[in-house]
Amino acid sequence: MIWQFDIIILTLVIICGIAAISVRDLLGASILFGAYSFMMCLLWAVMGAVDVAFTEASVGAGVSTVFFVAAVFRTSRSSKD
Amino acid sequence: MEELAAVFVARYNYWGVIILMGIGLYAMIAKTNMVKKIIGMNIFQTAIILFYISTAAKYGASIPIIAHGHGAQGHGIRAADYMNPLPHVLMLTAIVVSVATLGVALALAVRVYWNYDSLEEDEILNQIKAGQLNRK
Repeated sequence: MIWQFDIIILTLVIICGIAAISVRDLLGASILFGAYSFMMCLLWAVMGAVDVAFTEASVGAGVSTVFFVAAVFRTSRSSKD
Repeated sequence: MEELAAVFVARYNYWGVIILMGIGLYAMIAKTNMVKKIIGMNIFQTAIILFYISTAAKYGASIPIIAHGHGAQGHGIRAADYMNPLPHVLMLTAIVVSVATLGVALALAVRVYWNYDSLEEDEILNQIKAGQLNRK
């Protein structure tokens, strides 16, 4: 575990999380959530959990983003908050 | 006092976990849009997974794969040289469960949108109240 990488990526994770819940456009929120998942995957790779990291990269950043985009296209794209 | 501060600074990963859990809880409680609530639920789940992975990490340790393990004899393996693989395996299951809950939650949100033509919680509540008044 390299703590410099760890702190930088942890900050990026938190920034992506705050951005994903504060953007008003739901498609943008979905893509930001994908970026959040990918940053989380990098964090786990740094911490030595490589199996969890590639599962998160395929399932969290891949399939979840596709689910979100599909759901947003079937419903409305704008959000009030 | 300085020792206490050192303990709090050294556990920065757990501070990240607490902040991410706060973000997820805030999104689940305060946001009215359903997709935002689902994103908050997922952030909360990944925060819990990050907590478990943090308990497994060690400074100066490598990934839990034994180098030259096959046919080696005579010298033992020091556990301090490898990360603890047990929380990794548990969290592998948690990731799969989280994507399953995400699929169910999004399917329910789409179904609600078909019925009420809105994803906002307050508008849906207003429509439900108006429907009850009409029936009476």
